[in-house]
Parts: sequence; C-alpha cells; structure tokens
Amino acid sequence: MAEPNTIPGYLLRNESDAAFSSHPAMRNKDLGIWQTYSWADYTENTRRFALGLAALGFTRGDKLSVIGNNRPRLYWAQLAAMCLGGQSVPVYQDAIATELAFVFEHSETTVIVAEDQEQVDKVLSIKDQLPALKWLIYCDRRGMVGYDDDIVKSFVEVQELGDEFKTKSPNYFEDEVAKVTGDDIALMAYTSGTTGQPKGVMLSHDNLVKTTRIYLDHEDVRQGDDFLSYLPMAWVGDGLYGLCVSLMVGSACNCPESPQTLMQDLRDLGPTGIIAPPRVWEGMLSTLLLKGSDASPLKRKVFSYFQDLADRIENLKFEGKPVSGGLTLMHRIGEFLVYGPIRDQLGLRRARWCYTGGAPLGPDVFRFFRGFGINLKQVYGSTELSGLATLQPNGEANPDTVGPPCKGVDIRIEGDNSEILVRCAGVFSGYFKQDDKTAEAIDSDGWFHTGDAGLINENGHLVVIDRAKDVGKLSDGTPFAPQFIELKLKFSPYINEAVAFGDGHPFVASMIAIDFDNVGKWAERLALPYTNYMDLAQKDEVRKLIADEIRKINLRLPEVSRIKRFLLLTKDLDADDNEITRTRKLRRGVIAEKYAPVIEAIYGGRQDVQLALDVTFEDGSKSQVDSHMTIDEAA
Amino acid sequence: MQPASQTGDITLNIQSVAKSFGGVRAVIDASTSVRKGEVFSVIGPNGAGKTTLLNMISGFYHPDGGTITFEGRDITNTPPADRAQMGIARTFQNIALFRGLTVLDNLMLGRHVRMKAGVISSFIYWGMAQREEIRHRERVEEIIDFLKLTDLRKTPAGALAYGLQKRVELGRALALDPTLLLLDEPMAGMNQEEKEDMVRYVLDVNLEWGNTIVLIEHDMGVVMDISDRVAVLDHGAKISEGTPDEVRADPHVIEAYLGSSH
Repeated sequence: MAEPNTIPGYLLRNESDAAFSSHPAMRNKDLGIWQTYSWADYTENTRRFALGLAALGFTRGDKLSVIGNNRPRLYWAQLAAMCLGGQSVPVYQDAIATELAFVFEHSETTVIVAEDQEQVDKVLSIKDQLPALKWLIYCDRRGMVGYDDDIVKSFVEVQELGDEFKTKSPNYFEDEVAKVTGDDIALMAYTSGTTGQPKGVMLSHDNLVKTTRIYLDHEDVRQGDDFLSYLPMAWVGDGLYGLCVSLMVGSACNCPESPQTLMQDLRDLGPTGIIAPPRVWEGMLSTLLLKGSDASPLKRKVFSYFQDLADRIENLKFEGKPVSGGLTLMHRIGEFLVYGPIRDQLGLRRARWCYTGGAPLGPDVFRFFRGFGINLKQVYGSTELSGLATLQPNGEANPDTVGPPCKGVDIRIEGDNSEILVRCAGVFSGYFKQDDKTAEAIDSDGWFHTGDAGLINENGHLVVIDRAKDVGKLSDGTPFAPQFIELKLKFSPYINEAVAFGDGHPFVASMIAIDFDNVGKWAERLALPYTNYMDLAQKDEVRKLIADEIRKINLRLPEVSRIKRFLLLTKDLDADDNEITRTRKLRRGVIAEKYAPVIEAIYGGRQDVQLALDVTFEDGSKSQVDSHMTIDEAA
Repeated sequence: MQPASQTGDITLNIQSVAKSFGGVRAVIDASTSVRKGEVFSVIGPNGAGKTTLLNMISGFYHPDGGTITFEGRDITNTPPADRAQMGIARTFQNIALFRGLTVLDNLMLGRHVRMKAGVISSFIYWGMAQREEIRHRERVEEIIDFLKLTDLRKTPAGALAYGLQKRVELGRALALDPTLLLLDEPMAGMNQEEKEDMVRYVLDVNLEWGNTIVLIEHDMGVVMDISDRVAVLDHGAKISEGTPDEVRADPHVIEAYLGSSH
C-alpha cells in the first residue's frame, strides 16, 4: 500500500492495517484509570463524529475549533474536521473571552467543540459576536443539565446523528477522505504573537505530513511508544509531535487526568518521549531542589555530591575532554544511588528523548538534567514552520545552540540584525486573510523570516540570540540581550519571571516576579506570616532573599551586564493581563508601557514606586489594584 | 441558567418534634416537610435549634416527642446506621474525617454501609470482596471526579486546607449514595471563593444526581440564592416557612433577626 499523504489517509491506514488496528492509539486517564483506545476505536469514534458533523451541515473548507484540556474527544473532533476536508482551529483553553472572540470571529469558525461547562459558558458569553457560529458541542456532560440554547449539542448526540447519517450514506466518510489533498489546509494555529493581534497560520496536510517525515528521519520514534499529550492543543507542537507523529508511526498519545495531576500522571505513565517548554523543566528542577532541601542531612550530602559530580562530568564532555576512570566509577555509583531514582521520580526513566523548545532554557538547568542521565535536547521551530527547523542529534546536545538544520531544511542568516531565514516543506501556506503579513514573512524565494537573531557556529549548529528586535545597547554602547539575563535569573527557584531593562540606559535593572509556592514554603520554614502574593513579595526578608540570589547570579554575568537595581512585582506576570503570551513569552512592548513609572523610578534613583495595576480575571472582568513596590540595590 | 427544579412528593415529614437537654428546650415544637429533589434550608440565629433538628433527622438524637417519617416509613426510633442504609447521609459542622487516612480511603469508608462482604470473604479478598471493592471504587472515583479531587486522592485528609476538607466531607456523605443529604453549615468559616465553589458543588449534586438536600447555613446570601424553600427557626420553634422571597418578607423573620424595634 502506498504511503498516505494526508492526515486522514494515515487514520484510515491505521484502521485497516492489521499491524496497527488493535494497537493502542490513545489513552485517557479517567476515574483514576488509564483507558485505552485502539486505532480501530480511535478511527471509529472519529468517523461517527465526522458523520454527525456532516449531518449538521459541516462541509469542505469549514472550520472547527476545539477548546479544552487534552482529551481524546477533542482530538477526534479535530481529525473529523480534517477528514471532511475542513480545518481544525485549536485555541488556548485558558484564553479569556475577548481573545477567544477575536480568534473565532477572524477564523470564521462554524463549529466549536468545548471540553466542559466552563468552556461552554465562555463561548456562550461571546456568542453574539460570532455570526458564523452554528454549533457548540460539549464533551463532558457535567453541569450541562438545563442548557437549552439551540446551538448546544453533546458529543454523544452528534455521534448518534452520525450513526443515523451513515445508514443513509454509508460511504460518505470514505468518499470525503478521498477528496482531501495535500494542499488542503488541515490546521490553522493562531500564533500568540508578542506584538499585535494573533495571526492565523494556515498549515496544509503537506506541511504537517512532510515536516513529520523530516522529524522521523531524525528521531527514533517507534510503534508502541508513549507520548504525554499535556501541552495546549492550540500549540503547533501538540499537532506535530503528538497527533501527526502518533498517526504516522502508530505510537500512542496519552492524556493526563487533569492539569493538577500532571506530575503524578507523568510518573505513572513513564512516557518514552516528552516535550516541554523551559518553564516546565525549570519548575521540575525547582520542585526537586526544594524537596531535596527537606531531606535528611545525609541524603542532602549524597545528593549534592553527585549533583556536583554530574556537573563536572557534563562540563568535561562539553569541553571535549576525557572523563577519568575514577569519575566514571563514581558516576556508576551515582546512577544507582541518585540519578536513576531521580529519573524514576520524575517519570523519565523510559524516556529516550526529551525536548525543550519554544523559548531558550538556562544552561544550568539544561546541564543539570543531562547530568542526571536525561537525554534533554533543544529543538527549534515556530508555528509558521509547522513546529520544526532544527533538532539536536543524540550526543550533540548543547545548551547554547538549537542544533543543526534538519535534512531538507535550509537556513541562512541575513541582514544587519542577523535574522534567521528558513526554507523547508513546513513553511506555512499563509496567514489567514492577511496576505500583506504573509508577503512580509515569506519572501519571493520562499524563505520564511523568523524575526529571531542568530548565527551558525563552527559545528554547523544554529545559535538563537534573542528576538532580533529586542537586542539593544546600554547607553555606553555595550550590547544588551535581555533574554540572556532573564534566563540566569529564572534559574533561581525563588524567581518565577524576570524582565531585564537596559536598552538606552546606563545600567541593567530588573523587575522580578517571585515564585509564590517556593518563596511561600521558604517563608513558612522561617515562620514568616504572609497573607497573599503582594504581601509576601514586599516583605523585607523576601527582598533580601532575592537580593542575595541576584548577587550570586551577578557573579556569573559579565561585569557590564550585572543587575544594579531591582524590584519585586506585587503580582505575577499574567497572560490574562496581556503581559506574556499564552506560551509565556514576554510582551516587552506591553510591559514597557504598563510599568513605565517603575522603569522611570528605577533609573531616576528613587527608593520606591506606587503603581495602580489593572488585573484581568479569566471571565474578562477587570479590577484595579494599588501597589507599592520598594526598589533595592543588588550591586 | 438554572432549570426549574423538579420537586415532587414529600419525602421527609417532621411532625411536632421536640428535644430538651436538661432544662434547655432546644427544639420545642417543629413541624415541616421536605419534598423530593428540593434544596430545603433551615436558618435561624445561633442557638435556634437548627443542628438539633438535623441531628434528630439523622438519628443522632432521639426526639422527646413527635414523629419523623422518611419515604413513608416512621423512622422516629430507627437507629442512625439503619437510616444511613435507607439513604440519609450527613456532613458535620465540625469536620469529622479520619485525618490520617487519605481522601480516597475516607470516601471508601463512606461506602461502608453499602458493602456486603463479610469478615471471612474480606479476609480471603479474591472473589467476592475484590469484585465488590472494584465496584465501590468506581463509584468513589466518580465522586472524586465530580468534586474535582483527582489530584488529592492519596493526600491524607488532615493535610488538606479547611475548604478542601469540607469538600471531602461532602464527598464522604455522597459516597453513601444518599437520597437525602443533610448538610450542617457546609460553608462555615470559608472565604468567598471557597463558598462559591461549595455552592456550585451543592447545586450540581442536586441538579445532576437529584439528591434532596437539607441545608443548615448561616450565610443568608447563600441560603436565599440556592434554596427552593426555607424554614426559619427561632428559640426552638419554627416561625416561618416558604420560598426565599416569602421568608425574606415575613415580619416574624425580620423581627427575629433584627430585633422588634426595627
């Protein structure tokens, strides 16, 4: 049988090919148990839902949105839309109503599949702004008694409509799948965008299938592998590394029970591969170190000895120097005493590959995990590239690069600001209804302009420096890359988010959002009472704690890049307040505007600053909080 | 978006019950009836006899006089365990969980009256006891899912925050598969957010699973929002009963709460 060239093609292959059909395709932890769906179940569920959609009038070119945590039904809904020649428009489950309204309206979505009552309520609250919307389908019936809106239907009802439809048109589904071509748009992912409104990135079946093939040339993913699907479905990586890889290889996607149980689910699943943004790795490390600090003195000694050992060995390997027999022997002992058990605790014992991507990961965090025997590698891509451009091969992992271009991906560096340009099969088909933006992003030779500044090093690896437009200069002309400093700061378990300033200023300063959990635990240990985030962040003791952390970090920064002054924010940076994107990238423009008085006070030599901050709640309502922040000296 | 509650026949009937402790007449002469599927609240100032009334329904106290019938049967003298068997479950004003047991175990324990396996078959475990445990665990997992306790299954109840303990307590009562659920101040001592959560759960239990709910609560706002009918006690006697609006307008109630000079 010829290799299919569309996503629905693979779906039908997995159903009919005996090598796949009875094997696990998806698991969902429900009522405390991992429930397994075979490829036959998976395809049948998709087919029944697709036929139900057809009965409701969904046809080629129509758009279907899914909103919610990763759930089998939401994946089936996405696939069902693609099978009918439609497009899937996944959106971020934690987006507030106004953001959703923009995406649904702009994409002309006709069907929305929502996970639960909470999401249904959000959609109904903006229903008036969505003229194209015809149906709102919910998966979890809890709390849905008494919703009598005409457009609301349950997932099960739609599948039953599909069964009815099938008796009339038994071959409809297969016929529609046969009509889908590689050029059809399969997925429209809205990029969070650090500036301006989100843009709808159109990815065709060709884009996704070919990019997945490129990926599979570089990584050993096997049938029977387990992938943990916990990253937002709206993120292109979930579509590529989760959905597409699983369909093409026959590996299984596993949906955790809830976001709160993620770490437990990770541990009891023990996936063979995982992809996580830097934030998750940083979080894992913080939690680990914090748990470690509660252990008995002997355990702490053993842990820190082997942590240092792992670090030394990693550094030797990194510099290409030989590792002595003594160190190797100790490393074996460490594997038995510390590294193995820690990997097991994290749920990464079976993991053959672990990726970090989306934003740079601090080198210290990177080395820590590698030192503990976790094959952590960097991957670089963007939504416009279907999620993949470079990937570090095993044995060439390095915290400073993102790896060499994958086979079939061309990369070059162009212009004064060293912008990274990429050309490959994954380059998107255009921004929806924004041809002018498309023309700006893809030049006539097909190169995609990433907006990232970078260089290709002597080993042929790509190095990403920062967003091209963020790289600035201090007032004395020293180059200043904010992200570099922020990463160092975020390595501290007590710091959750950091914003570094310096462009056009005489020295580097920073605003810091403390890690509420970790600082909270620290305060509890000292029997330091506090009421909430704002109170905790302005305690003298906490300010001193962070000042000490910054002093330590400053020692590892070049003298000119050291942080001179800082203040602790009275609230965390929040995507609901528009300060960061849903993938937690800083929106520097918004922050600079919102915190202008703070920046002014820092450089004006003031000791404190008063600021009225807008706080947005998830339902979109706003309130104002007055906060007083003290500015501290770090050097 | 709240559907009209489907309330039906009278399920619980309380006729002239009275209870004294020594010289204190906690409940003097209270009569009321609760219909199937409704949220029925009992309010009143401190010491009005609300908890005593609840305790008589659950069988914790025996009334000195009067009768209580539940689903057509006189239960005035039925022991508490038998009432539980009949489908009456309660939560306590002061949390009554096993602090050292996990959330899961606390809930499993709540199913105790529904378990049939005897000492010997439990000891052998395989076979009947195992099948039964699986069945009960399934029901408990549904409750865990319903009350969003999935991340706390294995956490000892004593280690949970107060609001969460209250939620587990509700779960334990639900584990009994009650038709009548008695809630003794489920929102007491909670902050606003915890209260809203709890209200949501109580309403969901009522709407989704159809449990009849008798609620004792201090927070008037909550009571007026979620109840189908309200009874007001003062000094051990019922002074008013009706829909929240009727009760709010009743001069007796205003007097009891605000004093007669207003």
